[in-house]
Amino acid sequence: MSQSTMAIGRRERVSEHARTFVSRHASMMPTFAALLIFVLLLIGAQIHFGEFVTPRTLSALLLDNAYLVILAVGMTMVIVTGGIDLSVGSVMAFTGISCAALLDAGYPAVLVVPGIVVAGGLIGLLVGVLVQYFDVQPFIASLAGLFLGRGLAFVVSLKSIRVEDDAVLWLQTTRYRFGDWYITPTGILALVVALLGAFVMQYTRFGRTIYAVGGNEQSARLMGLAVARTKVLVYVISGLCGGLAGLVLTAYSGAGYPRNGIGTELDVIAAVVIGGTLLTGGTGYILGSVIGVLVYGTIKTVISYMGAEQSWTRIIVGLMLLSFIVVQRVIVVRAERRR
Amino acid sequence: MTRWMRHRLFLPVVSLVALILVNAIARPRFVQITVRDGELYGALIDILRNSAPLMLVALGMTVVIATRGIDLSVGAVMAVSGAVALTIIDGSSDPGNVGTVLVAIVVSVLVALVLGAWNGFLVAVLEIQPIIATLVLMLAGRGVALLITDGFITTVTSPPLKYVASGHLLGLPFALFISVAAIALIALMERRTALGVLTEAVGINPEASRLTGVRSRGIILGAYVVSGTFAGVAGVIYSSNIMAADANAAGELIELYAILAVVLGGTSLTGGKFSIAGTVIGVLIIQTLQSTILFLGVSSAESPVFFAFVVILVVLIQSPRVYQVARRMTGGRRHHPAPEVTTGVEVTS
Amino acid sequence: MHTSTGDDQRFVVEMSAITIRFPGVLALDGVDLRLRPGEVHALLGENGAGKSTLIKALTGVYAIDEGTIVVAGEHRVFGSAADAQSAGISTVYQEINLCPNLSVGENVMLGHESRTVRGIDWRATHRAAAEHLASLGVTIDTQSMLGSHSIAVQQLVAISRAMVLDARVLILDEPTSSLDREEVDRLFAVVRGLRDRGVAILFVTHFLDQVYEISDRITVLRNGRLVGEYPAAELSRGDLVTKMIGRVLDDLEAISASAERSVDRSVTPVLRAESIGRRGVLDPADIDVYRGEVVGIAGLLGSGRTELVRLLYGADRADTGTVEINGERTKVTNPRRAIERRIAFSSENRRSEGIIADLTVGENIVLGIQARRGWLRRVRRAERDAVVAEYMSALGVRPADPDRIAGELSGGNQQKVLLARWLATAPELIILDEPTRGIDVGAKADIQAKVAELAEQGLSVIFISSELEEVLRLAQRVVVMRDRRKIGVLESATVDVDGVIDFMATHDMAAQGAAPAGPDGARSEGSVA
Repeated sequence: MSQSTMAIGRRERVSEHARTFVSRHASMMPTFAALLIFVLLLIGAQIHFGEFVTPRTLSALLLDNAYLVILAVGMTMVIVTGGIDLSVGSVMAFTGISCAALLDAGYPAVLVVPGIVVAGGLIGLLVGVLVQYFDVQPFIASLAGLFLGRGLAFVVSLKSIRVEDDAVLWLQTTRYRFGDWYITPTGILALVVALLGAFVMQYTRFGRTIYAVGGNEQSARLMGLAVARTKVLVYVISGLCGGLAGLVLTAYSGAGYPRNGIGTELDVIAAVVIGGTLLTGGTGYILGSVIGVLVYGTIKTVISYMGAEQSWTRIIVGLMLLSFIVVQRVIVVRAERRR
Repeated sequence: MTRWMRHRLFLPVVSLVALILVNAIARPRFVQITVRDGELYGALIDILRNSAPLMLVALGMTVVIATRGIDLSVGAVMAVSGAVALTIIDGSSDPGNVGTVLVAIVVSVLVALVLGAWNGFLVAVLEIQPIIATLVLMLAGRGVALLITDGFITTVTSPPLKYVASGHLLGLPFALFISVAAIALIALMERRTALGVLTEAVGINPEASRLTGVRSRGIILGAYVVSGTFAGVAGVIYSSNIMAADANAAGELIELYAILAVVLGGTSLTGGKFSIAGTVIGVLIIQTLQSTILFLGVSSAESPVFFAFVVILVVLIQSPRVYQVARRMTGGRRHHPAPEVTTGVEVTS
Repeated sequence: MHTSTGDDQRFVVEMSAITIRFPGVLALDGVDLRLRPGEVHALLGENGAGKSTLIKALTGVYAIDEGTIVVAGEHRVFGSAADAQSAGISTVYQEINLCPNLSVGENVMLGHESRTVRGIDWRATHRAAAEHLASLGVTIDTQSMLGSHSIAVQQLVAISRAMVLDARVLILDEPTSSLDREEVDRLFAVVRGLRDRGVAILFVTHFLDQVYEISDRITVLRNGRLVGEYPAAELSRGDLVTKMIGRVLDDLEAISASAERSVDRSVTPVLRAESIGRRGVLDPADIDVYRGEVVGIAGLLGSGRTELVRLLYGADRADTGTVEINGERTKVTNPRRAIERRIAFSSENRRSEGIIADLTVGENIVLGIQARRGWLRRVRRAERDAVVAEYMSALGVRPADPDRIAGELSGGNQQKVLLARWLATAPELIILDEPTRGIDVGAKADIQAKVAELAEQGLSVIFISSELEEVLRLAQRVVVMRDRRKIGVLESATVDVDGVIDFMATHDMAAQGAAPAGPDGARSEGSVA
């Protein structure tokens, strides 16, 4: 008798804890869902192909999607403020082709690499200033960034340019091995950017201001937070990430190509949303977005394993995006009903 | 005079006229129109003809934006409708038959209509944010188009199809008639009925409109159906122009140009008040600019740089901040922020 | 004019001869405001008197054209809210200016978190937040999301935040407009505590009772000018109202006849709803309205009054109950159904659920008719002009320009436009949810008079208001609600305000004492009448 009441008491306490956890971390639930989907995807692929979850495929997953991870970090910050950055794909193309062209012209990598990253940041700065100081909607301002980046990429070169620079190629060809696992400097770069981003979002005032702006910009301003600086800075960061992604993609493909990254902004937005960030702003996690990218990458890998058309990737990502937003919508509606 | 200047179409019209004047001075041939075999030719005629796909897409986009929405999927819908049309023509025994082409066009436009309704369903019924709702189809649509064409660029030889984009009627390009018909249809629907004002009401305040008994769902759904259908027609014109279905290139970036045209025409992206005439002028500005860029010998691939500056210029002109700065520099008194309308509070001041 | 007795006291804030011009408007004309440490100072005036502008001038949101602001003996010019906060002036706005997506603790501490070299120390930050909240008598989980708490709790969180900033001056801009009585008491206890600690509190409100309950001093503004500053104890309520509106108000007296008019209840009611309810929103309740009758709903915010009428109108879907309109059983599942049945509903949220801000006044007025007809049958220009002109003059909309953008009108005139929109559709029953909230006394009287007049002509009305006097003045019967259920119906001729309050209180005790038998509401239905 007393034992069973104790058991009940413990169970109640556990469920009480669970409820507190859920109420405190309700915003993390979509990210957990993304993680679950990622795991299920891996398990499903493992069962179907017999050999999928191997150190080799998983290592390749990070390698193939390093540039997306970097872009997703900047995009998450922008989206959490309630904005959007359509320019990332073409900024990546512009910085990538510039990198290849400048190296080809004989400039040393130590100058070229910081140069192109800063160039990406400058386009981000332009977008941020338009958004913050001229009240331009993020969609339109970053559209200007998209046009600018894409056009400049073609101004630099209409054709693809091969990269012969050892330093840049080193980023891709070096493999640090741990048994069958390996990681490239580009992969390390992506992970460092992601961890740094997650730290900034969670443990700095700048990061918390990003959330505050996304929650209620007017409030954030009246609370005396540095709203203007924060909003400009997230676009600059997104631009810097675009520059970095340009470097990584150029290293990855061994060449710069002005048509790179057409539509990549959509892949990134999709990955970020799948990772649990709400496009309305205020909620989202960098690590969630990384999971979103991995889900995206896994789908791509699975499709190439199946030997199916790559066009299926976007169809499936589209459908997955759909199911995610429908589920998010249901959660929001239910939360509204409860109030 | 000042009343004219304050009209919201003043700037768009002035920009278009200025653009045409600059072109006319730089190359007098720009304004020349020649008659060959009873058909009109010339740079201006080309602009009118080539603008047809963008015109259709932008008109649909205007209606969607008025409801506070946005349709990112128009390019993908164009790709799908082009793929459907060409696959039907390609698969038929007689690609040159007018009947075959008509069937192909009707089917492809119906498919586009269904895709538009799908977007409308997501936005109006499931109440998903328009940007994401249409992003789904934007991502998946091209994939579907590729599947329809088996990943190839389907090409056909079919004179009736070629007529849609390149033919002439009464001496004018046939595509121009499609544009004009679309403009007339939208203008009649929106302004001769109450649809326009109800659309604006829904765009400005959806909840208030619902409580007033406006059929918001129907209106929003309808807007996406119109946008999808028009994009479908645009897809047919595009494929007719190149006589091929190119799932990747069809309507590439057109959603962005269409949004730009709407904004150029003075319609705010935040929904509500919209201007059809403004959008028409916006489309013509973009098309004239394209023509100008080509004339300058710039590769069309590089033209986005120009559009980047156009976008920046336009948003700067529309920005209140620029006026404030300008006024201060011309010796005006120090400014005040206008009494801001905060959420849910009366402007009591 | 000034009756300031404590000139020897140091002022913590001294605003002198403040003038602010907006394009075409003189928003403030040489206004003075002085705050002493440890006082609650009410700032009163009708809408458009300049209260908000004065607050925004003090908090650095607007730049001042003329005049000086002295804070703690120093001349100050604030460029932003952050400037004002660092000088010790904090504001808690009516619409809570916090971030609902962040935790309670973070909202208290945002921008003042404890930091170490490894970034924000969340443990210490939450501990500090909990201490600040506890000093105001609030104990809640600081890690819970702000958005999951009631408005009242959020308000206290906002005040805690002000205390973190070490505020010497706390501005409360209409803090009580969405609170119920208990919550107001709790807020006032906190305010008194702060006052005793020496904080100067500037209190803006529309509720005169609350002014007398808590204020030491009153500053009255009218049309952007200072009327005067008075010790609360020396200014009678009647004098205060007269100073606020600049004329003696006897229009309201004439309306009171409305409540005494008799209504024929032997016929079929225009609307009869039985056990209409929705799980978690409203316990099943009955209500009926007869032709020419005004039924008032008395209840605090959150009592279920708005929820009840939204179910009747189909704005939200009911999951229990039946509705009869003119004796005919019907289902009202959405607003269009209700409108077809000639029911109209004006929401309490004028801005978000009523006015279409960017459309003209004329377009707003005909929108109701247009929505009824559908998009294919446009209201012709001539017809539109006639309808608009008729209702604008009948309701006295100012300015009398149908082409004016509706969003530019004052709250009271927007309310009149909404009333016009609905009356133009010729309804049989009109539901008015807080039609007089937050609007000036003149417009209030206009709207009440119109409602009384229309009811006399045969229109049925359901009238909700937080002001019991107003409900009792207009309605023949009053439905009393509490805690999401109907607790009874009173004949307004037989009770006064205190009677209604007593009824709420006694019923509450009865419910706690006796075991409930059968559905609530039905039991006490008409028992008092």
